[in-house]
Amino acid sequence: MADVVLQNIVKTYNKGEITAVDDVSFTVEKGELFGLIGPDGAGKTSIFRILTTLLLSDGGSASVNGYDVVNDYKVIRQQVGYMPGKFSLYQDLTVEENLNFFATVFNTTIQKNYDLIKDIYVQIEPFKTRRAGKLSGGMKQKLALCCALIHRPKVLFLDEPTTGVDTVSRKEFWEMLKRLKQQGITILVSTPYMDEATLCERIALIQNGKILSINTPEEIVKQYPKNLYAIKAKQMSKLLHDLRNTQLVDSCNAFGEFHHISFRNETESSKTSLLDYLKTTNNQHIELKQTTPTVEDCFIKLMNRNDK
Amino acid sequence: MTNEVVIKTEKLTKRFGDFIATNEITFDVHAGEIFGFLGANGAGKTTAMRMLCGLSTPSSGKATIAGFDIYKQTEQIKKNIGYMSQKFSLYEDLTVTENIRFFGGIYGLSDKQIKEKSDTLVQQLGLQGELKKLVGSLPLGWKQKLAFSVAVFHDPKIVFLDEPTGGVDPVTRRQFWDLIYAASDRGITVFVTTHYMDEAEYCNRISMMVDGVMKALDTPANLKKQFNSGSMDEVFFELARGAKRKAD
Repeated sequence: MADVVLQNIVKTYNKGEITAVDDVSFTVEKGELFGLIGPDGAGKTSIFRILTTLLLSDGGSASVNGYDVVNDYKVIRQQVGYMPGKFSLYQDLTVEENLNFFATVFNTTIQKNYDLIKDIYVQIEPFKTRRAGKLSGGMKQKLALCCALIHRPKVLFLDEPTTGVDTVSRKEFWEMLKRLKQQGITILVSTPYMDEATLCERIALIQNGKILSINTPEEIVKQYPKNLYAIKAKQMSKLLHDLRNTQLVDSCNAFGEFHHISFRNETESSKTSLLDYLKTTNNQHIELKQTTPTVEDCFIKLMNRNDK
Repeated sequence: MTNEVVIKTEKLTKRFGDFIATNEITFDVHAGEIFGFLGANGAGKTTAMRMLCGLSTPSSGKATIAGFDIYKQTEQIKKNIGYMSQKFSLYEDLTVTENIRFFGGIYGLSDKQIKEKSDTLVQQLGLQGELKKLVGSLPLGWKQKLAFSVAVFHDPKIVFLDEPTGGVDPVTRRQFWDLIYAASDRGITVFVTTHYMDEAEYCNRISMMVDGVMKALDTPANLKKQFNSGSMDEVFFELARGAKRKAD
């Protein structure tokens, strides 16, 4: 059974001038870890706010755990945990006071649900008398997650929990999410980091309020329409420039150590023709090999298609 | 890139009481170099950057920025650098034109210079149709590209970029790096922090801060060789996982 259902959700701002969410439909199954992947301004936060009953949509319908977001908003608020993108705990209450406050608001106690947050809470417990405003970024994030979990929600909404967090802490955070999923909690999480997409069971790629694709990360990668190659040379910026100036190459994007390219009309001789061209344009130490597309490659491809 | 040194530090240190935020960091950055300044949250990056920009006085150590002393010539330093961060860049309630004129004026350019340079800038970014729009109403990608162009508008010796591409879409992120390369080709030194490890690869050299100390400094290729790893992500993980500080 689906725990989160969106049907043709539309949200506009400024009297219809800006369409933040443009006819979005998707479902999240019970116990699923579902990722909403897209840059700032894609509409991710508006979707979270509609699902957590904090914002009314202009069109379409949505339900959480079987309850309608408009008519049954009171029930939904009891059953979901929400961690907004902006730190929203009480800065002048201590770690312990914040947690106690949220437990009390939901008519429960820390003791009653301690097993659910234990793994995460022990990491911030040494600082339980510190005011939340004085915590570091990583610790604020952990406290916010504890507060969102303390009433044992059925569905957890996490809006960009890893933004601005370094690689090591990001990895730790995703480990925590996996453990929560094992406890049967449905999780909808958003992120602008494409590399985190592969840690979700299913993802929706979103840009300018529109869903570009919904599938498992593996399927999205499989659907990449062309062969993708990684190429490098001694001077990477020159190489990029030369690759953009040939009819042989269709798409060309910098991807760290390599550039990723696909051919316009790939034939058996495409690779040789390209290598010849690059030699005549004085590129040295060229390395060309086929590579597996990443979710970011797919996102770029889908974005370009939508622009056209 | 040339051999001219534009940032030179020697045992640069900043203490807050008992806490040593930045601990004896020593490094040089060359003119036109793209220098990646990486580190985990709480490693001391922001503190170091504030000192290098002349905004915070060091506790000990030496440094010159664009040839100016970090203790005595902070005003000259500020005139010779550009700065942009994800959090603050432009005034949202001013138009595109107003922002350009404001920052041009702050950096002491004449009206004539501002006029000429802004024409080029607007053309480069394709902003002709948006000049009278409030910056707050522009898409994030455009905002960040404009912010960068404004930060190098006065042709500073060095531009400091603090996570300039956070949250930006993957296509714009790459266009942003095109602008960085262009600035570097013009001889502007780029000092940049990022959480995207693929962007670390675009830097000429990378430094890694861990617990206030500069743990590594080399080209991406040499660092990968040194740590025997296939990607910068792994290098970062190797270096940062031993970190004791978990601050921000």
